[in-house]
Amino acid sequence: MATELRDESRMIASILAGETQLFHELIRPYERRVYAMALSFLRNDADAEDVAQEAFLKAFRNLASFRGDAKFGTWLVSITLNEARSRIRRRDAVKMESLDEPDEEGKTSPALLRDWKEIPSEALERKEVRSLLHKAITSLPLIYREVFQLRDIEQLSVQEAAQALGITVSSVKVRLHRARMMLQKNLAPQLKQVAPKRRWWAWS
Amino acid sequence: MVIECKHVWAHISGYLDQTLPPEVLEQVQKHLEHCEICSAILDSTRNILILTADERVFELPLGFSERLHARLEEEIKGLEPDGIG
Repeated sequence: MATELRDESRMIASILAGETQLFHELIRPYERRVYAMALSFLRNDADAEDVAQEAFLKAFRNLASFRGDAKFGTWLVSITLNEARSRIRRRDAVKMESLDEPDEEGKTSPALLRDWKEIPSEALERKEVRSLLHKAITSLPLIYREVFQLRDIEQLSVQEAAQALGITVSSVKVRLHRARMMLQKNLAPQLKQVAPKRRWWAWS
Repeated sequence: MVIECKHVWAHISGYLDQTLPPEVLEQVQKHLEHCEICSAILDSTRNILILTADERVFELPLGFSERLHARLEEEIKGLEPDGIG
């Protein structure tokens, strides 16, 4: 990936030494990631954009406190996470979305399917499929959504996700498993219908 | 040892992340070889992960970058990065 080829620590050192314009370049590869995270948390485009902007501004203001022991991308993720969480707290002060573990009783069992056909990724060209996925992710309870977002969308390692969320590695694993099972249960039957069985439209 | 479907479901995440201990992995694999339903669950979960990771799912709104960089530019002009306590 392009981000791997860039020497981010050198860029950061240069920015701190006064080449502040380099910050634009530094963050370019992370724009979508930060926005996607914010959107998945806030479920609203305008709030997500606002939080994403705030996160980048905060990263700039606090760049001197960035220590090279984590990747810059991971550091940005934790800033975004904090911004999004505090926004949720403020916004949903009335209608609280619980940050606690939901009731353990409702264990999810998967959707039982036969003959699942692989959904080609071209299906994502279709807006309805994207919005189906989008809706399913954003409707996960927060504690599952954040783990899923960090691990399966942002591809953070289990350790990085645990660190960013301030939870244990084993909680990450348990929550991730539940998140995936909830998505499977919710999405598999719907996606199965999306996949065309026959390409009959090719005749037209 | 033969395991039941619901035990396999509990290991789907670990299976996909390749973190199962060898003995569990072997049991799960054996089960999957003959269980059509569990195989379909595994495939569907894997496919869902592939689809949700696709960057087209969360697209940037039109003009997002321009607005972001404009706002950053204002900030950058006004401040040095370590200028705020």
